[in-house]
Amino acid sequence: MAIKKFVVGSFNDEAVLFPAVKKVRRAGYKIHDVYTPFPIHGLDKAMGLKDTSLDTAGFIYGITGTATAVGFISWVFTYDWPLNIGGKPHFSLPAWIPITFELTVLFSAVGMVLTFCYLCQIAPFVKKDHFNLRSTDDLFVMALECTSKTNENDAVAFLQSLGAMDVKVERKEAGWWLGRYDHETKMFEAKEEVAATV
Amino acid sequence: MALLRYESQVRAPLIVGDKDYHQVTEDICRPVEAAPTRAWWIGFLISVAFLTFGIVSVTFEVIYGVGQWNLNKTVGWGWDITNFVWWIGIGHAGTLISAILLLFRQGWRTGVNRAAEAMTIFAVMCAGQFPIWHMGRVWMAFFVLPYPNTRGPVWPNFNSALLWDVFAISTYFTVSLLFWYSGLLPDLATLRDRARLKWRKMFYGVASMGWTGSTKHWQRFETLALVLAGLSTPLVLSVHTIVSFDFATSVVPGWHTTIFPPYFVAGAIFSGFAMVQTLLVITRKVLNLQDYITIEHIEVMNKVIVLTGSIVGIAYLTELFVAWYGANPYEWYAFKENRLNLNSPYGWSYWIMMGCNVLSPQIFWFRKMRRSLLVTFFMSIIVNIGMWFERFVIIVTSVYRDYLPSAHSVYYAPTIWEVGFYMGTFGLFFTCYFLFAKFFPVIALAEIKHILKRSGENYKKKMDEVEHESVEEFAEVHGHDHGA
Repeated sequence: MAIKKFVVGSFNDEAVLFPAVKKVRRAGYKIHDVYTPFPIHGLDKAMGLKDTSLDTAGFIYGITGTATAVGFISWVFTYDWPLNIGGKPHFSLPAWIPITFELTVLFSAVGMVLTFCYLCQIAPFVKKDHFNLRSTDDLFVMALECTSKTNENDAVAFLQSLGAMDVKVERKEAGWWLGRYDHETKMFEAKEEVAATV
Repeated sequence: MALLRYESQVRAPLIVGDKDYHQVTEDICRPVEAAPTRAWWIGFLISVAFLTFGIVSVTFEVIYGVGQWNLNKTVGWGWDITNFVWWIGIGHAGTLISAILLLFRQGWRTGVNRAAEAMTIFAVMCAGQFPIWHMGRVWMAFFVLPYPNTRGPVWPNFNSALLWDVFAISTYFTVSLLFWYSGLLPDLATLRDRARLKWRKMFYGVASMGWTGSTKHWQRFETLALVLAGLSTPLVLSVHTIVSFDFATSVVPGWHTTIFPPYFVAGAIFSGFAMVQTLLVITRKVLNLQDYITIEHIEVMNKVIVLTGSIVGIAYLTELFVAWYGANPYEWYAFKENRLNLNSPYGWSYWIMMGCNVLSPQIFWFRKMRRSLLVTFFMSIIVNIGMWFERFVIIVTSVYRDYLPSAHSVYYAPTIWEVGFYMGTFGLFFTCYFLFAKFFPVIALAEIKHILKRSGENYKKKMDEVEHESVEEFAEVHGHDHGA
């Protein structure tokens, strides 16, 4: 995959991060991502991210569970093997409410968690890069993606002017699977492009 | 927008001391990253010893059958189903704290939710043991599941409260586990990024599943947490409702009451909070987390205990009144002769229940008592003893005297193997809890950081001066515009 360049800056306060995000977007830079140690309400809106539709998916999984439970129990008790239980009707919907409810919740919860993992592309043994290890501790790390029009030095200076600390240019192979857990063992060397000398 | 961050001085801080984000990480990760202490080893080994005793007891039961227990003709459910309902009830407080209080936006839950959710999972694991091993031929336990079989296929009875239980408990366990673990991911990622040792990097790397803290991921994470909380809230109420149906849908005098579902749910939350107190009063001391699990947290939970204890008390009295007012002689006999009468074989258990669950929690009307760690710890044990006796009273005193005097069974007392099984689940519970407290952060790191600037002591002090400023002035200085 292609190697991409990122300008990475860290903020130590979300109150500095918010105006910075707005100004960076207004200046026309492309924000690759902002990594934060905890959810910051409103940051997704500030970055211009769309709302997630995970809740809609949860609803669809839920009604799938409802339909599965009602359909299956009806089939079993009215068609496949009708049991005479104390002379009560074979199709006894009120008695099925508990199981129907439980399966609704089960399908919805399991489905949503799996969808969450799929959308975020997370799974055991997946390694990812988030530029700065302290972004899971106390720093708010903003990564700008350098496009063909971006002047790195300007971008670095711009981030610094917005209050970012420790701003640097990093080269990464693009792709969600790229990553490492620590800086000591780099999986991918950031190779400098060397001009041919011959 | 910005003003939502402000919290009045009237509310006590939830995080004590001069903390910043990094200090929070340090404080909460320290017990995980340090070598296990001597106290940890002692506690862990005692738990494993109990667990071993439980395994031996269960092995005897499997080899020789349920006859190893002292169950008899009418008392078919003795200690084991008492213990089952007791453990399931304990689990409920964890879900209440993590789900219902999330929906109610209660900031104090962040200090205790992770440990309480873990407690839920371990308690449900313990509870599940009892019906499973009570089956006798446990290798046929899978018969309860509706799977295509060569016997017809004969399906389980979907109209039976016992099958509802199978679905309720297994769903409850699965959903609680998913909720707990998805919430743990960011904290495991923090441990992964702090790790120095190779095995730690690998362990937390695999466990955190590649969490990065990307804004988009947080957005989905919050939606997931909110919807799972919304699902867990009716789920937790349904679970104990369905457990109470095991009794309430029967025609046994003493069980045949419509008040059971709400009464069981209130009792479950009551006993669950008592267990949370037992665990956290010790955890905060041993792991030195008094700054995060403060006296305020303890006091709030004691308020929940006095509230739910009083609901349970009302339920006992209502049940008693209706048994008399209903004019069913069998029902009234079950209450008057089997329970109220102190001279009856099990009369003592009814009065232990009343004393522990209804009278003793009233001490928490006094602020001084609510804020005393010693009283809290003592009461948490008393409440759990009382709630165990509640289930014992319901189960045993309702069935030990059947309709005909000839079926009035001999006195039911457990054998050593029944007691051993119960002790064994304590071993299982505490073994799991000790491992959890050693390898996972017992406090939700990300959530604490989220409320730090609103409820942290040093930040609240800074807010003190702005309380006198005008709203516009305050927003100008301290707010930041969240608008896109």
